[in-house]
Amino acid sequence: MLSRTAESLYWAARYMERTDATARLLEVGYRMAMMPTASGGHANEWESVLAAAGAAQGYANQFDEATKVDTAEFLIFDEANASSIRNCLRSARNNLRAARTAITSEVWEAVNESYLRLLDMEQKRNLSLPELCDWTKRQSAVLRGAFSTTQLRSDGYDFFNLGYYVERADNTARLLDVKYYVLLPTIDMVGGEIDRFQWLTLLRALSAHRAFHWAYGGDISPDKVAHFLILNPSSPRSLLFCAEQVDRYLKHLSLANGARTPADDFASDMFEALGTARIDEIMAQGVHDFLTECIKRNARLHRLIGESYLFGAV
Amino acid sequence: MSSMNKPAFFNEMYDGDVLRPAYEHIVELFAKYSPDELALKKAEAETIFRRLGITFAVYGEENNAERLIPFDMMPRVFLESEWRRLERGVKQRARALNAFLWDVYHRGEIIRSGRIPAELVYCNAAYEPSMVGITPSRKIYSHIIGIDLVRTGLGEFYVLEDNCRTPSGVSYMLENREIMMRMFPDLFHRARVEPIDNYPDALRRTLLSVAPVKCDGAPCAVILTPGAFNSAYYEHSFLADQMGLELVEGSDLFVDGDYCYMRTTRGPKRVDVIYRRIDDAFLDPLCFNPDSLVGVPGLMNVYRSGGVQICSAPGAGVADDKAVYTYVPEMIRFYLGEEPILKNVPTWMCHKQDDLTYVLENLKDLVVKEVHGSGGYGMLVGPAATKAEIETYGARIKADPAAFIAQPTLALSTSPTFVESGLAPRHVDLRPYCLVGEKVTLVPGGLTRVAMREGSLVVNSSQGGGVKDTWVIADDA
Repeated sequence: MLSRTAESLYWAARYMERTDATARLLEVGYRMAMMPTASGGHANEWESVLAAAGAAQGYANQFDEATKVDTAEFLIFDEANASSIRNCLRSARNNLRAARTAITSEVWEAVNESYLRLLDMEQKRNLSLPELCDWTKRQSAVLRGAFSTTQLRSDGYDFFNLGYYVERADNTARLLDVKYYVLLPTIDMVGGEIDRFQWLTLLRALSAHRAFHWAYGGDISPDKVAHFLILNPSSPRSLLFCAEQVDRYLKHLSLANGARTPADDFASDMFEALGTARIDEIMAQGVHDFLTECIKRNARLHRLIGESYLFGAV
Repeated sequence: MSSMNKPAFFNEMYDGDVLRPAYEHIVELFAKYSPDELALKKAEAETIFRRLGITFAVYGEENNAERLIPFDMMPRVFLESEWRRLERGVKQRARALNAFLWDVYHRGEIIRSGRIPAELVYCNAAYEPSMVGITPSRKIYSHIIGIDLVRTGLGEFYVLEDNCRTPSGVSYMLENREIMMRMFPDLFHRARVEPIDNYPDALRRTLLSVAPVKCDGAPCAVILTPGAFNSAYYEHSFLADQMGLELVEGSDLFVDGDYCYMRTTRGPKRVDVIYRRIDDAFLDPLCFNPDSLVGVPGLMNVYRSGGVQICSAPGAGVADDKAVYTYVPEMIRFYLGEEPILKNVPTWMCHKQDDLTYVLENLKDLVVKEVHGSGGYGMLVGPAATKAEIETYGARIKADPAAFIAQPTLALSTSPTFVESGLAPRHVDLRPYCLVGEKVTLVPGGLTRVAMREGSLVVNSSQGGGVKDTWVIADDA
């Protein structure tokens, strides 16, 4: 497969997964905003949402105050925000267009229809924020579904999935970090009603609150949620699960190509480290520090995949 | 239906008030659909086109907006007997054009014999001196030739122009058929339409059959595109997909030693045949335009030494130049010893003083084109132009006569087309795609372009023209 095609597939998956994550973040934001603040003080959910999306600086360049309307506009439609849902969807479409010969018509039609529909919605502005979030998540599911039901299981499939899981690990770490670090700085609120509600919201946004109850039973507690999203091997968004998938698709590629790459080594180290980690140790170390480290390692993995398979070589 | 019988133009559907045999079944079958149903079908077709991403960009429009080509559901029909004659004519022309190209890059016999003026060839902007002495596989320079034809009477076909470089539009021919088969299965059931879906296979075989001498083992062919923002990108990806070939950009290819390779996730892979959809000037920045970012540095060296085949060959454009066009019948006689089956449109060449005088005096009746123009840009249709337009154009011609040719306004045939008020005659042309490799192949069909505006003779998509499916049916169907 052409290196450029591999890169396009990888990026298309990353962008698509990012639209999904942004929609979920917005969902966290508007659900939390519905909750009265205990202190009666100013709620800062939207700042947290922007911080988690890595968009705080870009937002501050345009707006003074983080409000629901402006945040939603910035994260969904804004042309200047490279990670807005609209821009991500367009980038996903451009990448798939460039890799048109490596994807099925079902996959192309899924992304093309989503994009054209979003342009239409952008003009009409007839959907509420919850509807837009739902719609975005559904589009990402449709594309994912089209991909897994129609694509040939060749190296293109592996590159596409690599993009998905590298992006997803990044997003899970960021989402969890919002709750842990940004959202609730005062220690006296820990364990309170708002705290519990926020954990629940986080799980809901990941479509995982029922799964959580099945897996852990009983009450929501920070260490259980952290375990669920970091170390649970059966949670499809946990860092461990993502690391396992990345490891698997890289192995698959290097097996077919007959040569191990630096990305393989790094990914299996990551997988092993997460596989043997313990949640109490992570909590003791500090979850925020741990997550920051994870995001850095994920970025390094991304670079190694590029170097191993000649992305962007000229 | 009286409006369908304008006497001046050949009507492909009606002979006076009588339906021509080719259209008998189709009219009957279409009559079964109510106007509402047809409107619904039309909307359905457009949705499919847009969803598939079959759009084209119009250069010069804001953001190169993606647009749909208007698709007309009424097919344009040929009887098999009519088609066979056309087919022979097209293949004959394709052979002669390739013989001409080989000749002008070697001894130039046709020029020595005085049949074509030397300056017309050797001073032509499309003539490529770096090709002199190079002999491509099977002596073929132009592997895909699109020949634009118009009809003026029952057996009367004229060639408007030849396209020897990289004619586009074949994806529309194939997709139009797909859409028609999806929407009107009963039509095909009844009419016994000859299939065209073997075109991608025929194209692949053509490309593989011209693998270079130095290629050992199974040849690897690729399509070279300028990228996803090119107006014809959809077609490039469509053909690559249909043929199972890689679609590469210049940056995916590189030259190492005697060969050209593509960068893959498994390391370099040798490329033997390049079906390029970029212009000569951009192919190799070391040999042609040094600013080209879409080409492959060093490619021409590999080509010269027989390490790779480029389709079509650089410099193939000298055969489809609008001035050289006038000599194609002469080429057919000279190289093949045959009489041309298809006619040329009489052409006045403005670089000749007599012709220039005539053209300037009769601008209101003529069609004037730029010698190197294409896509319907920069032409004058005398009968449709205003007095002021004619005057401005006349001044352009006087400033540089050699850059223009003129032809009489042809009575282009009309084919029935769905417009708002129902079926109405609209002018059409036809571009069949002739493949030249080990064999000369022409699939029974082509791209019919239709001028959607009443009375208009300009069918180019960039000027608002539409497309139709083109059928060849058995005479007794």
